[in-house]
Amino acid sequence: MASMMELGSEEDPCASTFSLVDEDHTLANSLRYILNRDPRVEFCGYSIPHPSENRVNIRIQTTGDPAKDVLKDALQDLMVMCQHIRKTFTNAVDQHKVAKRQGEVSMKSGITEPSTE
Amino acid sequence: MAPTSALDMPDMPSGKLPPHLELQRTRVICAADAAAHTESIQYSGAYALSRIDNSLRLREFCDNFRVEVFSLNEDDIEFDMIGIDAAIANAFRRILIAEVPTMAIEKVFVANNTSVIQEEVLAHRLGLVPLKVDPRLFEYKSESDLANEKNTIVLKLDVVCSRQDGRIKNATVKSEQLQWLPNGSEYQIEKTSKTYTSFSCSQETLPALKDNPIASRYPDIILAKLRPGQCIELEAHAVKGMGKTHAKWSPVATARYRMLPEVALLENIRDSLAEELVEKCPVNVFDIEDLSRGRKKAVVARPRDCTLCRECVLGDGWDKRVQIRRVKEHFIFSVESTGALPPDVLFLESVKILEEKCQRLLVELS
Repeated sequence: MASMMELGSEEDPCASTFSLVDEDHTLANSLRYILNRDPRVEFCGYSIPHPSENRVNIRIQTTGDPAKDVLKDALQDLMVMCQHIRKTFTNAVDQHKVAKRQGEVSMKSGITEPSTE
Repeated sequence: MAPTSALDMPDMPSGKLPPHLELQRTRVICAADAAAHTESIQYSGAYALSRIDNSLRLREFCDNFRVEVFSLNEDDIEFDMIGIDAAIANAFRRILIAEVPTMAIEKVFVANNTSVIQEEVLAHRLGLVPLKVDPRLFEYKSESDLANEKNTIVLKLDVVCSRQDGRIKNATVKSEQLQWLPNGSEYQIEKTSKTYTSFSCSQETLPALKDNPIASRYPDIILAKLRPGQCIELEAHAVKGMGKTHAKWSPVATARYRMLPEVALLENIRDSLAEELVEKCPVNVFDIEDLSRGRKKAVVARPRDCTLCRECVLGDGWDKRVQIRRVKEHFIFSVESTGALPPDVLFLESVKILEEKCQRLLVELS
């Protein structure tokens, strides 16, 4: 669905603008956050050139590494974060469900103390 | 003489920001006039002078990230997400509202409508009815696709209003009267033997749909009002879509977050001042603790209830006694589902969608 274009120069791979179609603040702002916290990144920002066009431009300037590689690492990092968030969230929900069930059981048996996990 | 820097002085704590900078980094200060330090410090070299690395380390993130579920039921969830930046938390919120798919009525074939409500208005109302069906069982239907059992749900509405024994029957048409047609459309295209859908099998053969027949999530949504002699006869075709196309496909009524409020007492507040403080707060954040000899002391009992109305910091000298803050990386997330999926599943879906976006770009980059 999404298509991407890299706009940069051949002599200097450290600075590029990546133009993503069918993306918006959702992905661009997350990537900007991750890229800005990467020590290899000198500058990173994004813009949506026109509100009725489904396009976002992400500008990346690095201290020496190719901008493309840095972006790839950022995407990888974001994926790892998402996987961890999913795992943590599932655990928390499971824990909550177990605690709730235990609470119900203790209510039925007439124990008034809150259940301890 | 070797140059000495202030950073080498023995009183300079190493590896930690000085307390005032740490407060600016992690808290929004809500003063009486305006909020301060609202931005999140993102630049990796922001604290280079203090020899502190502000770059993102996944290990550190994984160790610090926590989720605590506060309440969870069929439709709502409230949970705390701790140790995550607003940029990522907001991405999930945006995806929940606009990019998690659901099924909603998109096309309405009206065979007869003698009610006072116009077809296009009725069709719009039908579109907004939340359907209780797992959208993951279905595929997207493009304009060129034929309607089949994998991309279309057909619902029938056939109501006649009549007078029976002095009472009016079917005066209000409700969403429970939408009847699921698992075998597809019953209407024939003119001059052909085909119907408006081409199902190869009944949707009831799908095990997931067999036990949960498709219907409106709420039985009592009023669709139209009729008088005796009027009738509505139509077929509604529901397809899969996303909230960014039309809000009827949004799986959430609300998906929101707020930062955790924090109330700090900058000095001991006693006796009449303590009573005044408890009186000031409209949501009862503060309690009074009785000390010996009839003295009283104010304590912060329920900071989570604070709405940041700033009543407690307004007035003579109160901003020197109380400070209200927000914890930047602590989000109280609340999701209300419209019924297609449970709220905890919705959140997981939104995380998956962000992951898929990254995956897709990675494939394109390499």
